[in-house]
Amino acid sequence: MGKTLFDKVWEQHIVRENDDGSTLLYIDRHLVHEVTSPQAFEGLRLSGRMPWRADAAVATPDHNVPTKHRDQGITDPVSRIQVEALEKNCREFGIREFGMDDVRQGIVHVVGPEEGLTLPGMTLVCGDSHTSTHGALGAIAVGIGTSEVEHVLATQCLIQKKPKVMRIRVDGSLPKGVTGKDMALYIIGRIGTAGGSGYAIEFAGSAVRGLSMEGRMTLCNMTIEAGARCGMVAVDDTTIAYVKNRPFAPEGQDWDAAVAVWQQLHSDEEAVFDREHVFDAAEIPPMVTWGTSPEMVVPVTASIPIMDDARDETQREGWLRALEYMNLSAGKPIQDIAVDKVFIGSCTNGRIEDFRAAVEIIKGRKIASNIKVAMVVSGSGLVKKQAEEEGLDEIFREAGFEWREPGCSMCLAMNADRLEPGERCASTSNRNFEGRQGQGGRTHLVSPAMAAAAAITGHFVDIREW
Amino acid sequence: MEVFTTLNGIVAPLDRANVDTDAIIPKQFLKSIKRTGYGPYLFDEWRYLDHGEPGMDCSTRPRNADFVLNQPRYTQASILLARENFGCGSSREHAPWALLDDGFRCIIAPSFADIFYNNCFKNGILPVVLKDKEVDTLFAECEVTPAYTLNVNLQAQTVTTPRGDVFTFKVDAFRKHCLLEGLDEIALTLKESDAIRDYEKRRGKEAPWLFSTRP
Repeated sequence: MGKTLFDKVWEQHIVRENDDGSTLLYIDRHLVHEVTSPQAFEGLRLSGRMPWRADAAVATPDHNVPTKHRDQGITDPVSRIQVEALEKNCREFGIREFGMDDVRQGIVHVVGPEEGLTLPGMTLVCGDSHTSTHGALGAIAVGIGTSEVEHVLATQCLIQKKPKVMRIRVDGSLPKGVTGKDMALYIIGRIGTAGGSGYAIEFAGSAVRGLSMEGRMTLCNMTIEAGARCGMVAVDDTTIAYVKNRPFAPEGQDWDAAVAVWQQLHSDEEAVFDREHVFDAAEIPPMVTWGTSPEMVVPVTASIPIMDDARDETQREGWLRALEYMNLSAGKPIQDIAVDKVFIGSCTNGRIEDFRAAVEIIKGRKIASNIKVAMVVSGSGLVKKQAEEEGLDEIFREAGFEWREPGCSMCLAMNADRLEPGERCASTSNRNFEGRQGQGGRTHLVSPAMAAAAAITGHFVDIREW
Repeated sequence: MEVFTTLNGIVAPLDRANVDTDAIIPKQFLKSIKRTGYGPYLFDEWRYLDHGEPGMDCSTRPRNADFVLNQPRYTQASILLARENFGCGSSREHAPWALLDDGFRCIIAPSFADIFYNNCFKNGILPVVLKDKEVDTLFAECEVTPAYTLNVNLQAQTVTTPRGDVFTFKVDAFRKHCLLEGLDEIALTLKESDAIRDYEKRRGKEAPWLFSTRP
């Protein structure tokens, strides 16, 4: 019987299979940030344990870091303690850290692939749910809690139960202006936020293969919003070309040997999946969320659903609560919704390709008068540097955007970047939960081009007609 | 980790689907570098009418009378009754830490988000998956019964209602074992040190690039 991509990578990492159905799985790479690691390091100290393989872990602060006035350090004392704790812990346990003054600092999920720390066929973990991002390179990449961060630090392994495998095939070509973000939101809209629960998802089909690595990362990043354990894309020439010459990628003979192995990282023809969904790329429009869950999403040309469309009472109540929180009414056209702020960035859409797409929209234009703040936050210092070399920062600034330092920023508003109560935001991030971008804030998830267009017009528009 | 064997506890109902970890414990409280002290901030944005910040004295904050967990009948609850996809969103273990700190040892729902479900077991909380209809029954009975109490038995994998209905649930053998015994999983895995080293030796030959420490 043929094997799935997931099976192949999984099998290569089995240290031991236990009678009770659990597997001791070896972890190749561990990415660490300041929020979910302090208690894990403290646990090591209390039990007198040392990291099993300190060289397998790499750390960078991202959630708390300020995106302006970096030279002044972190003014919030509580945030500062957490970032300093990471620095101290990394020093004490011999873990490499890209600190706040390092150009390689950024959001862990942007930094990993960019540095070649994420490689095809790896198992990779991080104390962050959006670790699913790294599956774009053909890796099994899983978000874990702090207890498991400590477990991986101490043992380089995780005790896991093998999930079922789902394939989501998207065939055909995406319409002009439609991106990996729209694909992700469309899929979540169709299968729901628990649609992937209990599964590892492999994204396949010509439309997925047609995505750039950045697009694939966006797609895999959002897998967690469909409730799946992880998302993956098979290795192809696009993957290998992306990895080549990255600082931590193999070189010379190792490179050739690695490529030979990586080229096998695809599902076999006769592989059997536990579940399969097939979608037509041509039918995917630019998507906009209207509620407080990523599954509350519709095409930009549509209206907010009416309550009679709900599948059951639980969904109807969820929709009503979401509409009240979002201060919107059923049946309102999406393009009539005006926004106050625009956020372009995050581990979902904070990469160079995302900024190029936004610049295409705003070139020679100015943000609308109702936009209080439009900000662009790079996913890493190197993304920022590259964008500046391409002159993208100038175009953003001329249009009225703020050009910020790298970090998670207003995706989750742990630093000073946040929505005030009642403010509405077009955001390229991944979650529109209540309070996610600031207490009382209202989030609409969109692609970078859609966010840029909303900044220029002051409301949502169909960028296919831009 | 505290063991979990049986629990006879008052039930608090939270009748919403897709309760996410941002709602369970908002981000500003994630700045703490400790494992404890999150209880007063559990469901902060729903529980209080003002904006919460770490270190605030919650005893004087204005409470939202409409939020179910603020009702006096539920203050002693140790079992949370919830709806589908409970704990979706971020991997923050601060969510189970906050629930535990507020006295919850068991959460019953028709389904849980994967990472949250896993995080519960690491902290002595038992997440129980029951069928939709069974959860509906518990919500209905809870609403009309003061101090509605359930008996949760991990060994037998049962939830028993005051009327004597017995609902069974599934749980992984390994997780059950760890919870019943309060085991330290890291110590268990370190017993496999030789197997891990053997794996590394073998794997290092197959894929040496995974073990290099450049640049």
